[in-house]
Amino acid sequence: MPKINSSVELEEFRKEILSKRDPKKPCLTLCSGTACHATGSKEVALAIEKEFEKQKLTKAVDFRRTGCHGFCEKGPIIIIYPENICYLQVTPEDIPDIFSQTLKEKKVVDRLLYVDPATGKKITYESDIPFYKNQERLVFTNQKIDPASVEDYLAIGGFQALVNVLFEMTPEEVIEEVKEARLRGRGGGGFPAGIKWEFTREAPGEPKYVVVNCDEGDPGAYMDRSLMEGNPFGVLEGLLIGAYAIGAHEGYFYVRQEYPLALKNLGIAIGHAEEYGLLGKNILGSGFDFNVKVHRGAGAFVCGEETALLRSLEGKVGEPRPRPPYPAVKGLWDKPTNINNVETWANVPLIINKGANIFTSIGTEGSKGTKIFSLVGKINNTGLVEVPIGITLRDIIYKIGGGIPGGKKFKAVQTGGPSGGCIPGELLDLEVGFDELTRAGSMMGSGGMIVMDEDTCMVDVARYFINFLSDESCGKCVPCREGLRQMDKVLTNMTEGRGKEGDIELLEVLSETAVEASLCALGSTAPNPFRSTFRYFRDEYEAHIREKKCPALSCKELISYYIDPEKCRACLICLKNCPADAIDGGKKMIHIIDQEKCTNCGNCFEVCPAKFDAVKIISGEPVPSPVPEEKRMIIKKSKEK
Amino acid sequence: MSEIRLQIDGKEVIAKGGMTLLEAAQRIGISIPALCYHEKLEPFGGCRLCLVEIETDGGTKLVVSCVYPVEDNLVVRTRTEKIDRIRKTLLELLLAHAPDSPELQDLTQEYNADKDRFEKEASFCIHCGLCVRYCAEVKKLNAVGFVDRGIKKEISFIPEIAAKECSSCMECFPLCPTSYLQAAYVLIEALAFSGASSGTKSKE
Repeated sequence: MPKINSSVELEEFRKEILSKRDPKKPCLTLCSGTACHATGSKEVALAIEKEFEKQKLTKAVDFRRTGCHGFCEKGPIIIIYPENICYLQVTPEDIPDIFSQTLKEKKVVDRLLYVDPATGKKITYESDIPFYKNQERLVFTNQKIDPASVEDYLAIGGFQALVNVLFEMTPEEVIEEVKEARLRGRGGGGFPAGIKWEFTREAPGEPKYVVVNCDEGDPGAYMDRSLMEGNPFGVLEGLLIGAYAIGAHEGYFYVRQEYPLALKNLGIAIGHAEEYGLLGKNILGSGFDFNVKVHRGAGAFVCGEETALLRSLEGKVGEPRPRPPYPAVKGLWDKPTNINNVETWANVPLIINKGANIFTSIGTEGSKGTKIFSLVGKINNTGLVEVPIGITLRDIIYKIGGGIPGGKKFKAVQTGGPSGGCIPGELLDLEVGFDELTRAGSMMGSGGMIVMDEDTCMVDVARYFINFLSDESCGKCVPCREGLRQMDKVLTNMTEGRGKEGDIELLEVLSETAVEASLCALGSTAPNPFRSTFRYFRDEYEAHIREKKCPALSCKELISYYIDPEKCRACLICLKNCPADAIDGGKKMIHIIDQEKCTNCGNCFEVCPAKFDAVKIISGEPVPSPVPEEKRMIIKKSKEK
Repeated sequence: MSEIRLQIDGKEVIAKGGMTLLEAAQRIGISIPALCYHEKLEPFGGCRLCLVEIETDGGTKLVVSCVYPVEDNLVVRTRTEKIDRIRKTLLELLLAHAPDSPELQDLTQEYNADKDRFEKEASFCIHCGLCVRYCAEVKKLNAVGFVDRGIKKEISFIPEIAAKECSSCMECFPLCPTSYLQAAYVLIEALAFSGASSGTKSKE
């Protein structure tokens, strides 16, 4: 393909692509994001290719490997167009049936359909599955395109926004549009993107730089990875528009080394864009020049903080530096630099195409548009969801997420990554937005959402996240490095039965010190896991300290396993499964756990048949003394079921 | 650079643009504790002891005076109840590592800090970075650096450079607020210097 030299040529090329595409032609798409890769999408793809050869359907049916569809719980996912038939958890063995029945005879393969757990009914079409039905997908449109194909991106209207911007708008008008859309940074800070762009544009100094922050470090969060893997052209288009508006001619993608597929697909996209004249000198004949480079992050949570990221990009140690001066004034190599997160950039083409007024019609007072969340933890439908801002937590967790597995009770949802907070059940009707979550003691962050059920200990949750952050602290400033070290110690003591009076006060003082005195946002938000869990689950802290009791029966050092002699049927199952040889018993002899030998692994509790339910977890009280030897024999009263 | 007028602890100060709040305060004889500050070095902002309160549109906020630039009409307070409470905690956190540091002990009295508040951890270094930055910025040698991150971060002499440069310099020793730097040097000397008295390894 020769270089495209003008907007007219681009439109002609788009028309040519569309003219070759018959919307009625069957197309089989397979999710090939990292999550589906892990569940076997690669093997499924091989099986599909083989079957195409075998059935000689290569010309009659298109095959497209797309980025992440979001419903990762049920991957690998196949969608068959134009009908929109959705098959879940597909294995290579299912492929011949999909070909012979669906592609050839237009019949649905029943066993691969989604079963609605609420009604038990099978659902054929993707759009009818509750997980998808209740979302609003504007940015996360991976399932329609092959991320390596510029033709696919053009076919869904790609680069239309870039053309509009380059040929119809001044840089100032672009900034005005983004400001009017009130797009806020999706990476965690929530700072208005348009205002940031304007600062950078107006800051003295040349050259100016634009940077894509794809150093997604929150455990369990993978929105940016999926966008980068599934639609790199979308992010690139957003960056190009921003660069034009700001007056930058050089840009960087800072991508975690741990995201190999994102790096691969981004590399392909940049290669194509250069080839087609969408990057480089005189883009589409507009006179605008822009080049990008990809930098691989070496894997430090703190490098997601913008000043640390920029230092790392310069080849220095990834440590934050004090702000002001802000990167907009003094950023990469001390030049004005605008840095935005992947999802923020990906929103830009949408705003230009639809207009700021459509964008602001979605959302709450202070937060506009949609947000992608990664919904993980104790939830039925694990995956990525894009929802209109302002939706309630309840709708995300129950309508889209399908509620809590195993009939357990919801306890809290942790939002905003490790330095976010836990929101309790009373606040499930909270509207999700930047300010709304902050007021509740948590934050939007980059969109992590970890659902916890009643078996989760909130003190242990705080300990886990504070420990994570103390490990990921860069170590430069005292309140973060030393404060988190001490907070981790105090919380660990509590979960191991060494909590004491005064611990809470100490945690509060250390929290204040970290919030007020830390150098960067990692430190100043790090106490959130403690503060929010203490705010909503104070009684659990008190139980750990005063009664050495873990109400969720989760902290290993605070619980004991005990076999209820009234319920034990001497079935030998727990005895055989105990790795510590801690269970004494025999046929018709009530089993007893030797507390000295027991390692609290919980195997006995797991394997005890539900109809007996004899193994109990005890916390905060002494284990009853074992039944005397003479009472251990079970004498069958009558024939029991 | 232009003249900037601001108020620190009720006193008018005339400062030059580009100065930090700490420098402006020093000008009028107001002392602010700062362990990682050194006039020859770029501001670091690591120890956070020099934090002060500034008035903003909506109220007040704490900023770190060794890195915060002076602004016209800024109102600054260097001692408040909250500042003292945070400084006390910061000192106590550092005292867990270096309870006998003379500089820390002086401040301990001033801020009524309890040197036993936190369990002792024998790692002595308080990560002020004076040695590392002095060697890099003034001597331009980079013979000593930080290794690892977070709570595992420590200073270390780089044997290849230290063996050549340090014995004739040692200018960083008096900068160290604890005795750890010298100990780290002695260790490297023993391990890496050829011909050193306690050397266990001889290099050709």
